[in-house]
Amino acid sequence: MRHAIANEIEVVESVREYLASQERKSLLRFLTCGSVDDGKSTLIGRLLSDTKQIFEDQLAALERDSRKHGTTGEDVDFALLVDGLEAEREQGITIDVAYRFFATAKRKFIVADTPGHEQYTRNMATGASTADLAIVLVDARQGVLRQTRRHSIIASLLGIKHIVVAINKIDLVDFSQEAFDKITADYQAFAESLGFKSIVPIPMSARFGDNVTRRSEKMGWYSGPTLLEHLESVVVEEDAVAQAFRFPVQYVNRPNLDFRGFAGTVASGSISQGDEIVVAKSGKASRVRRIVAHGGDLRTAVAGQAITLVLEDEVEVSRGNVLVTPGSRPHVADQFAANVVWFDEKALLPGRSYILRTESDQASATVTDLKYRINVNDFAHEAAKSLEMNEVGVCNISTQSPVAFDNFADNRTTGAFILIDRISNATVGAGMILHPLRRAENIHWQSLDVTRKARADLKNQSPKVLWFTGLSGSGKSTVANLLERKLHAAGRHTYILDGDNVRHGLNRDLGFTDEDRVENIRRVAEVAKLMADAGLIVIVSFISPFRAERRMARELMGTGEFVEVFVDTPFEECAKRDTKGLYARALSGAIKNFTGVDSPYETPENPEIHLQTLGRTPEEMVETIENWLNERDVAEHQFDDGGGI
Amino acid sequence: MLARLTHLDRLEAEAIHIFREVAATFSKPVMLYSVGKDSSVLLHLAMKAFYPAKPPFPFLHVDTTWKFREMIEFRDAMARELGFDLLVHVNADGVRDNINPFDHGSNTHTHVMKTVGLRQALDKYGFDAAFGGARRDEEKSRAKERIFSFRNAQHAWDPKNQRPEMWKIFNTRVSPGESIRVFPLSNWTELDIWQYILQENIPIVPLYFAKKRPVVERDGMLILRDDDRMKLRPGEVVENRLVRFRTLGCYPLTGAIESDADTLEAIVGEMLTARTSERQGRLIDRDEAGSMEKKKREGYF
Repeated sequence: MRHAIANEIEVVESVREYLASQERKSLLRFLTCGSVDDGKSTLIGRLLSDTKQIFEDQLAALERDSRKHGTTGEDVDFALLVDGLEAEREQGITIDVAYRFFATAKRKFIVADTPGHEQYTRNMATGASTADLAIVLVDARQGVLRQTRRHSIIASLLGIKHIVVAINKIDLVDFSQEAFDKITADYQAFAESLGFKSIVPIPMSARFGDNVTRRSEKMGWYSGPTLLEHLESVVVEEDAVAQAFRFPVQYVNRPNLDFRGFAGTVASGSISQGDEIVVAKSGKASRVRRIVAHGGDLRTAVAGQAITLVLEDEVEVSRGNVLVTPGSRPHVADQFAANVVWFDEKALLPGRSYILRTESDQASATVTDLKYRINVNDFAHEAAKSLEMNEVGVCNISTQSPVAFDNFADNRTTGAFILIDRISNATVGAGMILHPLRRAENIHWQSLDVTRKARADLKNQSPKVLWFTGLSGSGKSTVANLLERKLHAAGRHTYILDGDNVRHGLNRDLGFTDEDRVENIRRVAEVAKLMADAGLIVIVSFISPFRAERRMARELMGTGEFVEVFVDTPFEECAKRDTKGLYARALSGAIKNFTGVDSPYETPENPEIHLQTLGRTPEEMVETIENWLNERDVAEHQFDDGGGI
Repeated sequence: MLARLTHLDRLEAEAIHIFREVAATFSKPVMLYSVGKDSSVLLHLAMKAFYPAKPPFPFLHVDTTWKFREMIEFRDAMARELGFDLLVHVNADGVRDNINPFDHGSNTHTHVMKTVGLRQALDKYGFDAAFGGARRDEEKSRAKERIFSFRNAQHAWDPKNQRPEMWKIFNTRVSPGESIRVFPLSNWTELDIWQYILQENIPIVPLYFAKKRPVVERDGMLILRDDDRMKLRPGEVVENRLVRFRTLGCYPLTGAIESDADTLEAIVGEMLTARTSERQGRLIDRDEAGSMEKKKREGYF
């Protein structure tokens, strides 16, 4: 590599001086994006090659690969430098983001080469989330395409302020100024509302290197910078140090009783010894006694530094809380509006419970309202019941416990979150908070004097939610009904929430789409929770086909309170019984979204009670449940007695 | 006016953040300690991240039994000096079958002693997160990998289906048996590593510095004859040449370079004018096209 750097070394006196000069260089993180085959990987390969970042052995490997997989005839195919996965080289496409590093005499660069295919949008978003500038490639023959727009919108939502429109393959349109002017005008008109601070169009040929690092001799009409000149000089720094102090607590360091340090990375602002701070969620105030670092305490720390703070007072702080400056506090709320980009094949469903994570905090969250979906072609706000993979929308989100945050527009670190699927643990979405919702700030929990334990004790029972799940016609209601009769006869206080009955009242507004099923279960789970709170033994008899909602219901209840009862009758048997005549109609197509027919039933993985119904009477099954409950009840009473003392 | 963070300051902070994130969210993390320069930097960062406490996890060395002797001495000295909890795992099946790089080739040897050995160790202790020192600038399949890289219960990487990784918000959730490989040095380059070693005065294995060493020229590489398990082929002679190593692994698979760089400054100076990449000295990457990706999918670090 690196004749350029070798020469540089000759002019500086020693390696240490050279390294010191490296340290003073600023860093630019950027990504390349745009539609498939617009030449993103080729452009990066060209940049790396022209800035002498490619070693001889890598170049030799590239020449070998080009003969095998190349798409550029006799020439070296630069895309193969960055398409590092076998599947990518075989298919000639980019699947996932590749990070490459290079430096010039003026600046250091980290570039994320991101895929153009719509199905890999999540990987483009990954690359964009840490970038300050986006190079949007446009094929001069094709002009602005749907993916050009989608990527520009995502870049804008993720807070990128600087765009280069790389109008590539200009050699294939005879270096035409007309083509360049038209695409430039199209892009500027479209991007007007996206809030970019700079949009710089550059005509280029990545394959032949025109206007990438050297000025093209074939476009006398173009007087702007080459791509590299622009990347070396564009000013992107946002002054995070000048913003209000935010310190998300990541880890509590407690090696012994004498030391309690709060470790984390300063998200914005600065902090000095003696400064006053406030714990965001509790409002408790203290002062910074020490800023601990390996090698000696610091006087001051600034945005970006990973430090450990010791406070003057014993205030309660744990991971997920944020230490802030008293003069400018973040929002603390359990409801807010946000832009959401959806990544998963399973659509976002309002009412379904997800895990929300900020940089250090985590909470259960549901989308209470999908306000609209954004059409990536014309920015139209479209009504939607769900958000499909790669779609972007605005949602209201409710979390089970309050979260401390800023609006994303004010702070890219404390205003962002991801959503995680409860079952698969996949990262299914990313969110940028727009603003808190007022109602959350004004409605506080009312603390009540009669406790749930007092209410249960009066009934001399421990509250339970027995959640019956299974296909339509599996026998849920029959078993539930018999069980309630027996419990009632034994003096227990019970109530049955039955799927059909609830749909006549509380849930009469809901249908049978996936979205409505999720909301149906959410409401029933909340009612069951209130009833258990009142001390009742609640029997819920609902098909409840999705694992995610049953898990959500489970997590609403107290420990050991939720009992999942899987009424397991094979589909064929249910369809044969067909007590309500529904299966016949569903199988003929007269009813849509029928569980087991054209809507899935996700069987429980670890139900507390598994009732295989074939060959067993309802009485036998009720006995199984009673036995299970009696065993647990005995255990609980022994515990209540204080272990027999 | 407050001082601006330097490039190394930022890389250090990012790595420390990653260490703490793992300590806060996983139940049983481990750091893979392979004794090379990247491991030395990783170790230094781990000590910094939890200061004044010690790192709240053990360090695991998967010993192939073919590491340079100086590496093993250095490893044990570091563990003594810093007082960290060192676990050493050797694949006993491989030892029993006498798997070695000479008779079985680099592929089989690396697979059995390193990849399988690592899987055995992870299963034995039930670690749910493992730090490694891999960098994205090393190799093009590594350039594609996430900082938090998910592994299924068989320890396999699925490069076509990685979790999105947004901002610094890491998804650390795994089901029982699954795990995450964590790479705090993802965004460091080879130059950054050396520069940081120089700045922080981090101890490294002396093999990185030039010295007269007994080497044999074989298959176009200079191999240090570290013990007499390496039999000489007809015509081969052991010569004392002034050499050093840019990267360290199993001694029969790691080529030395002729060099007189015996200080850190000289090493960095040499590196800046190098015309080949550091992994060229490793036989295992040259076996076949896409070989690194293949090893990673099978569970190699």
